[in-house]
Amino acid sequence: MLSFIIRRLGASILVLLVASFLIYNLASLAGDPLGDLRGSTAPNKAALIAARIDQLQLNVPTPLRFFIWLSGLLKVFIGQFTLGDSVNGHSVLSLLGSSAANTLQLVTAATLLAVIFGVAIGMSTAIRQYSGYDYTVTFLSFLFFSLPAFWVAVLLKLYVAIGFNNFLGSPVISPLSITVISLVSGFIWMSIIGGEGKPRLIVFGSATVISAATLGFLVVTDWFMTPQLGPVLIAVLGALTALMVTSLTTGLSNRRALYAALITVAIGVALWYPLQFLFAAFPAFWLLGLLGVLSIAVGLAVGYLVGKDDRWPAARTAAITSFLVGLLVLADRLMRSWPDYLSAVGGRPIATVGANTPDLQGSIWLHVIDSYTHLLLPTMSLILISLAGYTRYARASLLEVMNQDYVRTARAKGLTERTVVMRHAFRNAMIPIITVVAFDVGGLIGGAVITETIFAWRGMGSLFISALRDPLDLNVLMAVFLVVGSFAIVFNILADLAYTALDPRIRVS
Amino acid sequence: MSNLLLQTPEDPANAGMTIEQREVEGLSQGTIVRRRFFRHRGAMISIFVLLLVAALVYSSIGFNFFGLQVPGWWRFGYEAQNAITNRGNPTWTLPFNFGLHPFGQDEIGRDIFARVMRGAQQSIVVTLLFGSIAAVIGVVIGSLAGFYRGWVDQWLMRLTDLFIIFPILIIGAVLGRAVGGLGAAALGIGLGFLGWTALARLVRGEFLGLREREFVDAARVAGAGTGRIIFKHILPNAVGVVIVSSTLLMSGAILTEAALSFLGFGIAAPDVSLGQLINEYQGAFQTRPWLFWWPGLFIIVIALAINFIGDGLRDAFDPRQRRIPGGTGPYRQMGRVIAGWFRRQPSKAESL
Repeated sequence: MLSFIIRRLGASILVLLVASFLIYNLASLAGDPLGDLRGSTAPNKAALIAARIDQLQLNVPTPLRFFIWLSGLLKVFIGQFTLGDSVNGHSVLSLLGSSAANTLQLVTAATLLAVIFGVAIGMSTAIRQYSGYDYTVTFLSFLFFSLPAFWVAVLLKLYVAIGFNNFLGSPVISPLSITVISLVSGFIWMSIIGGEGKPRLIVFGSATVISAATLGFLVVTDWFMTPQLGPVLIAVLGALTALMVTSLTTGLSNRRALYAALITVAIGVALWYPLQFLFAAFPAFWLLGLLGVLSIAVGLAVGYLVGKDDRWPAARTAAITSFLVGLLVLADRLMRSWPDYLSAVGGRPIATVGANTPDLQGSIWLHVIDSYTHLLLPTMSLILISLAGYTRYARASLLEVMNQDYVRTARAKGLTERTVVMRHAFRNAMIPIITVVAFDVGGLIGGAVITETIFAWRGMGSLFISALRDPLDLNVLMAVFLVVGSFAIVFNILADLAYTALDPRIRVS
Repeated sequence: MSNLLLQTPEDPANAGMTIEQREVEGLSQGTIVRRRFFRHRGAMISIFVLLLVAALVYSSIGFNFFGLQVPGWWRFGYEAQNAITNRGNPTWTLPFNFGLHPFGQDEIGRDIFARVMRGAQQSIVVTLLFGSIAAVIGVVIGSLAGFYRGWVDQWLMRLTDLFIIFPILIIGAVLGRAVGGLGAAALGIGLGFLGWTALARLVRGEFLGLREREFVDAARVAGAGTGRIIFKHILPNAVGVVIVSSTLLMSGAILTEAALSFLGFGIAAPDVSLGQLINEYQGAFQTRPWLFWWPGLFIIVIALAINFIGDGLRDAFDPRQRRIPGGTGPYRQMGRVIAGWFRRQPSKAESL
């Protein structure tokens, strides 16, 4: 195993070196590093050109200049690491640092959400294979697959952002819209849950009524302007979460796990009031991290205490529930800052450009909301495209597994469908998906070029694009390539390793 | 309508035979695949749509085939600036009243229909060139690596890694500068030389498995040479993977071309491509949305059709993906229930 990793790493570094040499020489043909100066009308034009030639050593032939760049890179061993300067004389390393942080912020949320939703949707379609739901999702995922990313992004910017902001101007949903939305949601739930004729109609009816009631409640309480959950809603939503998590992880028949999950919900609701003081006293990010860890710990402890004979499943269920309830409490706190945020940005919260509102004054909650509203649209446009791919993969993968003999065995010995799907099929179906995800994450770091360009997100993609435009900024270009290429290669190796670790039938050689 | 929903799906003519039975009835592999493909409704509709789009796109404004100028039936060229009628709004009113400029005009009076047609031509050229070049390179490299294994495999796979991390944008920028205003052909060829990596990996995997099979040993014992084994014995067995993934490559190619042109590194003005049109007109979205809708619509239609054809091919080539032809779909069930209500004799047998 170790020799495999070392061999692959060695080969990959070699590949990276050769690729950098090729790209350095190719990219130097793509533009002119003096492009902006040649057309300038500045009186000291000649001096500026001479200064830039001197600074970037442009009079050295390109193939040789590559080795100067490489020597800067290799000085990492003697502590003088440098990636050179940009055409404007900034250090490339500092440029790279800030854009890498921005890109990671954008890509992590998008990837996580896309994987979670993609796998969930894909697997549910596989379980309802050849149903109307399956066909609809299949068609939609093909449609999303065929959408040009930039087209979606521009549409989102113009319709979702402006539309939602206008809607917030007078947040009233007409009864007709409520009816239509409720009917549609009832139809969707009916298709997902499936079943035979009459139960389907019952599902359809109840889902429609629940949706209509929810929407009506939101409108009547003016929820869009002053959103909040409060202890009552947290308790209701928390109980629902507990039910859902338990039914997915251990099944509702495991009463102890269910009780453990419900107890954590009760603890969460009870702690809601004291937590408000804590949030007011120490508004800082470390508090959020601490509370997150604490919520998981509390969940584990409760599950361990309640779960008597079979402690681990109960602890796991309670921990997941507890963490989700913690998120609900946090969401409640953020919602309470929403009116402040609305007035701070002049009533138009969904941003279309950049990563945060410049000069925003206020508490940490305002800043958290601010980055969420800025992340919303780029994340949506990234998710829409990759969601389709994950849905297809997850569906194909689960279908493949569900046809295996061991699944038939599991059914034959009388296990419930939940146990068959979640314990026997799901875990094995995840193996190929994990490798696909690893591969994608490696590519995503540099792949958000279009989204970053449209939403003016100052990340790696827009850095790369602006370096490629006039004037050509070779050092910046190479730095981005180096990061993206290394990520791609490392995740490639990780994907191979994950595959062998998860599937004992496959051996690396 | 209710009769249609209540009908049992099996055709009485061949009710006695399941699809599986018909498939073991001594048909060749090619026939089976073809039959399965023709049964895939989405793929059939998509082929029809694609042919229709291609016919419209090439016949309307004509095309230049190696210097041979073929005229089209549309009255405007894609570069001509015409007098603005109807304030540039689309003159097409449903259903068949096309008017002078059915898709509208841009702010200097160019006909959007002609421009979108030209853009779609470019997209089709890029797609076809990309698909065929990437397929050939991918098959050759993948089959060599998978068949010879050992150091050949090592070197070819590292070469593949090299191309995987190669940024497509740089090729677009370099080609654009070298050729000076990138044509569709140059872009398609350039992309084709980069886009073969996924296919090569798939083909390699397929070859690694197939070369261990008995029929390869049999061929070798019978005295077949390496070339014959690769091309006559192994490749036909891997053809499903090749065809399916080159189809998907093509639908990726049209999106890649559009994205490159959108960023300004693909086909550049004065020539036209669908992505470049969207880029050029995105500023006018608020005032002239039709400038934005039409090119996007054509990209989606072409890419969607190719994707569905790929799906149909995959179903056709993969014997594990057998569709059960049946009438137990949920909508049909619902239809039965509702129809039963209307006939006021809901019988249990039907609602099941």
